[in-house]
Amino acid sequence: MKMLKKTAAAVLVSSMIASAAQAEISNDEIRIGYLADMSGTYRDLSGPGGLEALNMAIEDFGGTVDGKKIVTFNADDLNKPDVGANTVRQWIDERNVDMVTGLVASSVVLAAAKVVEQGGKLALISGAAASSITNEFCSPNHIHWTYDTFALANGTANAVLKDGGKSWFILTADYAFGHAMEADIKKVVEAEGGSVVGTVRHPFPSSDFSSYILQAQGSGADVIALANAGADTVNSLKTASEFGVTQSGQRLAGMVVFLNDIHAMGLDVTQGLMLTTGWYWDMDEEARAWAKRYEERVGSMPTMVHAGIYSAATHYLNAVKETGSDDTATVRAQMAKTPVNDMFAKNGKIREDGRMVHDMYLVQVKTPAESKGEWDLYKVIRTIPGDEAFRPLSESQCKLVTQN
Amino acid sequence: MTLVFGVPLSVLFGQLLLGLINGSFYALLSLGLAIIFGLLRIINFAHGAQYMLGAFAAFLGLNYLGINYWAALLLSPLLIGLLGIGIERGLLRRIAGEDHLYGLLLTFGLALIVEGSFVKLFGVSGSSYPMPELLKGGHNLGFMFLPTYRAWVIVAALTVCFATWYMIERTRLGSYLRAGTENPKLMQAFGINVPLLVTLTYGYGVALAAFAGVLAAPIYAVTPGMGSNLLIVVFAVVVIGGMGSIMGAIVTGLAMGLIEGLTKVFYPEAANTVIFVIMVLVLLMRPAGLFGKEA
Repeated sequence: MKMLKKTAAAVLVSSMIASAAQAEISNDEIRIGYLADMSGTYRDLSGPGGLEALNMAIEDFGGTVDGKKIVTFNADDLNKPDVGANTVRQWIDERNVDMVTGLVASSVVLAAAKVVEQGGKLALISGAAASSITNEFCSPNHIHWTYDTFALANGTANAVLKDGGKSWFILTADYAFGHAMEADIKKVVEAEGGSVVGTVRHPFPSSDFSSYILQAQGSGADVIALANAGADTVNSLKTASEFGVTQSGQRLAGMVVFLNDIHAMGLDVTQGLMLTTGWYWDMDEEARAWAKRYEERVGSMPTMVHAGIYSAATHYLNAVKETGSDDTATVRAQMAKTPVNDMFAKNGKIREDGRMVHDMYLVQVKTPAESKGEWDLYKVIRTIPGDEAFRPLSESQCKLVTQN
Repeated sequence: MTLVFGVPLSVLFGQLLLGLINGSFYALLSLGLAIIFGLLRIINFAHGAQYMLGAFAAFLGLNYLGINYWAALLLSPLLIGLLGIGIERGLLRRIAGEDHLYGLLLTFGLALIVEGSFVKLFGVSGSSYPMPELLKGGHNLGFMFLPTYRAWVIVAALTVCFATWYMIERTRLGSYLRAGTENPKLMQAFGINVPLLVTLTYGYGVALAAFAGVLAAPIYAVTPGMGSNLLIVVFAVVVIGGMGSIMGAIVTGLAMGLIEGLTKVFYPEAANTVIFVIMVLVLLMRPAGLFGKEA
């Protein structure tokens, strides 16, 4: 009898262990949600191309991790925080999604990240810019992968200052992102002994920038910084070129400029522009090889956001494979433990505030004579080491950092 | 240096001139809307999309057929105008005489379809249209650097605006048009082909939008969304001027450009709202608009 009891207990315990191990991949599927702007202003830098990049990562795993199928859902957030947050809530509540990626407009991301945190899932943010995502809004449930406003302002402004641009005029998009960018630029400029002689805040979005460019021109500043993005930046640059800003000795510094923006404007307008990017397709052999695969599928070259989505998803799936689990804390810990080494980053590391720290690149837009092809647009001037590029933890307001 | 509210006079002159340039775009677009509303009683929500189509026609013509800017300035409005004629014959005619709302919904739907397809085909970043050689460069006016192209915009837009005004207010064809607006049945009884007049009017209004699109192509990014961003402002301009008033549309367009230009200097944050504030004030005091006749 005693023997029987013992055996029964042993069977029970072992079966419990077995079932626990099986349950480590919830629903026996790895479920990934892709949320991005699929149709609006940010479509070309993220959008359907980002979904394709995610699919490439999944295909490279053969569509499964240890026999567990990888399933994706995708949705257009229309750049509206409420739409984004509701979609993510549905994914988590009804479809048991384990990880959400893409995540573009900063306002949408802040709303969606809150839902992800409440649901105890993981968000891998590639598209958004606001550095507050891993500062005052940090959480153990999201990782900011590709770039942020701090790194861009820091990289570009520093380089331009060192090159002799001492007085600055800032053209700011009048909403949260623009204000954050303006503050980041001011900080860098003043810390390096430069001065901000004027700012003008334009409504978002605007189509005509001639008035603002004229004001910037009249200010006599050495540098005109564009704390705006997308079509606003494109139109600012076009107008500046038309009004002969660069010919009169003033310089332009674009803060959030993507490859697709430069491609759309053409080199005549953008040549010589300095900007900071998290990745460029032509920066090394691995990047070129991946970009070529992407181009064959999508028809255009990937932006840093597309590359970031692939890199983040691959790193995530590797962590799932290593741990045999899709539990958020387990995977998050494994991801942080392993350095990121792929076509996107070399020795990238995930900090406790959720910032993925990797090298950034200061690039200059080529002249039409230097460019050898439709997408041959940048030359890399300098590799900015990750620790120098991103906000140091010593300045962090993140609760996960300050509590320690 | 003379200061006006803390702004040097020279800067103010520059901004006023820029305002006038933007105003000429508003004038050109609101003129088309006003003409269409005047005769067809249709609130043409596809006007922004037609403006965008004008710019894209020029862009595609240049890249695939080698049609230069000057030819595009003529061909693009012609092509898009013909498209407009097709829309009037095929769709708008069927809802003539119905409530305004039908026309509004139909044209709005058309605009969404066209813009959506263009996003699918060309992406949202759009493309760049090179500036024609002849209009490159600019002149230093002492108080500002005026790019030659912007000066050309004022000349071209105002010429077309006043030619249109002259045609409608001072010629026989124009008198038919105006009479057709007042009483189409009576006009038809006099043997005037009113349906043809209506078709041509819509085509002309659309062609004006396309013309503005070609004018805009070298200075703004050619994107699928370029028209919808502008359309709401242009509607406000038409409402301020008075629906259907030709001169009202032109004068108000220019005036709103100037006011917007001044706002950009003194309080840039309000630059996108100032026209709507004026619209509200005008509607409160003169519901028919500044130049409109009380119904």
